Amino acid sequence: MANQRPIRVLIAKPGLDGHDRGAKVVARALRDAGMEVIYTGIRQTPGMIAEAALQEDVQVVGLSILSGAHLELFPRVIEELKSRGVDDVLLFCGGIIPHEDIGTIETLGFKGVFGPGTTTTDIIEFVRAHAPVRA
Amino acid sequence: MPSKSNHEWLNATYRKAVERVPERDALFESSSGEAVEPLYGPEHLADWNYHEKLGYPGEYPFTRGVQPTMYRGRLWTMRQYAGFGDAEESNRRYQFLLQQGQTGLSVAFDLPTQIGYDSDHMMASGEVGKVGVAISSLEDMETLTSGIPLERITTSMTINATAPILLALYVAAAKKQGADLRKIGGTTQNDILKEYIARGTYIFPPRPSLRLITDVFAWCKDELPEWNTISISGYHMREAGCTAAQELAFTFANAIEYVDAAIGGGLEFDDFAPRLAFFWACHSNFLEEVAKFRASRRIWARIAQERYGSKSARSQMLRFHTQTGGATLTAQQPLNNVVRTALQALSAVLGGTQSLHTNSYDEALALPTESAVELALRTQQIIGYETGVGDVIDPLAGSYYVEALTDRIERESWAYIERIEDIGGALVGIEQGYQQREIQESAYRLQRLAEQKQRVVVGVNEFVTETVVNPEIMRVDPGVDRRRAAQLEALRKRRDGDAVERSLQKIRASASTDENMMPLLVEAVEAYATVGEICGVLREEWGEYREVLTI
Repeated sequence: MANQRPIRVLIAKPGLDGHDRGAKVVARALRDAGMEVIYTGIRQTPGMIAEAALQEDVQVVGLSILSGAHLELFPRVIEELKSRGVDDVLLFCGGIIPHEDIGTIETLGFKGVFGPGTTTTDIIEFVRAHAPVRA
Repeated sequence: MPSKSNHEWLNATYRKAVERVPERDALFESSSGEAVEPLYGPEHLADWNYHEKLGYPGEYPFTRGVQPTMYRGRLWTMRQYAGFGDAEESNRRYQFLLQQGQTGLSVAFDLPTQIGYDSDHMMASGEVGKVGVAISSLEDMETLTSGIPLERITTSMTINATAPILLALYVAAAKKQGADLRKIGGTTQNDILKEYIARGTYIFPPRPSLRLITDVFAWCKDELPEWNTISISGYHMREAGCTAAQELAFTFANAIEYVDAAIGGGLEFDDFAPRLAFFWACHSNFLEEVAKFRASRRIWARIAQERYGSKSARSQMLRFHTQTGGATLTAQQPLNNVVRTALQALSAVLGGTQSLHTNSYDEALALPTESAVELALRTQQIIGYETGVGDVIDPLAGSYYVEALTDRIERESWAYIERIEDIGGALVGIEQGYQQREIQESAYRLQRLAEQKQRVVVGVNEFVTETVVNPEIMRVDPGVDRRRAAQLEALRKRRDGDAVERSLQKIRASASTDENMMPLLVEAVEAYATVGEICGVLREEWGEYREVLTI
């Protein structure tokens, strides 16, 4: 374990939503758990997020959105990732996401959907359990 | 009877009792981590002077309230923040709220409108009508206010980077109704500094943004005398995770930045200060929140009088709107939020708020349904008409604890205000990421406390049930994007394109001057230039702000 590279995670805020409390808390918690975390800041287009995931060579991408635009923006992030050949990352998301949308989001390829009240411990465990291993 | 001090009682009676039955396992502390003692008494107010600390309602330092009669004269304005979809749908919601006894409007705009993109702009895609109503042109504003007499109903608009443009649209719509502008009342949030710190709907860099804000101050003084030109907001910083004392301090530091900018631009403090309004959150620590509201009035009175030499009571009285804490709502057991909101609203009323928004119980899940909004409004009506708390002015005054807490929050806030002054003011602090980091630290601390169950959130980390309650939720019509694009296309064909172009050129030319831009904005929107077109020109002239990343 000791010589294993730390897990690299991109935390991103797609769209125009400025609610970044959750994204920042999660970014900080993952970093405190020993991961390398890149936080994009707010107002990222799907293309910018995919480009950051590619350039930063992350294994994990976490998206946070509270504006209700998740069903429009998440598929576009996926498309942009695919068009850059980034298809082996672990995807998770959080924010204000109605329960009935979770199925749709999981179909897109998100392995975890974390709503309000989630503990950072749960997210850390989730990432550790599912992040693809990189040589 | 022998006299005993609080201290002696603590060391003898209380300690003995605790040895027998220990205190329950809980953190007894304020939102900033300050210890809360078991009992407060006269010793805590040893040097306390009634006249200096409290005075009387309607008089300096306004601790007890800004009006002499407070809620015996008139209850607070019940003002529910609402807006979604297009102007027509939102207008229907406003008509509903007014029919239910709401006394003022509060408009939520969608993110593209707030960030200066028309509904058909690429950056607006997926966001149109989501968190508020989409307004791009005067046509939309006319629809939004249709059937609502703007001379009589006051309107609060949560709009910041594009506040001068939305104000111009509102004024243009009022003129079309034939309203007398001297009677038009309402508020534009118009507070860009807290957008850089917490809320995120900035467009331009700070200097031109401050110029637009002070243009609104100056223009309204002559043209729209009843308008609250700005609502200097602690709410969003609190929602982002800061403490009660930080909420006040960061807001007042921002206020000082605006006032200094206005004075730097040649205005007299007492000419524009009466139209400055404030906006606080109310979270769940009941007495701390009451104390915070009372402390806020005393701090502002002192800033106005001592720092700015104000001679006018109207400039020294801090008038504020309150909203219950969105971040305190839980997605689990959503009906619990009804109770949280009621208690938070009660603290705002006991703290002397001028207007109030109560959140709906389903807002941790989505935008609120109509029935949830109605219940939230009824909560205010029950507090106002059934509980009797408004029958007496500032009823918690004189409580040893409440007064000690009011003093403490005031002290903590001043310490932060002074720290920000030492850095070089609010703007320098923002550029260095100071306030942002302070807020993140507090947010992270709160999260840790909840995860360690030192902070109990009912239904989330304690008293959890397995049953998942999924109330019916509100969905914005997914067709709104296409409908809006069609409306805008038709408008662009119909309007006088040359007049639009001329008005935009004037705005461009004025960007590099210090002339007041408000008359030009009114002229442009009256020619049906859009929010996105005006912001497009200003983006080209001024550039865009880049976030200071603090993680």
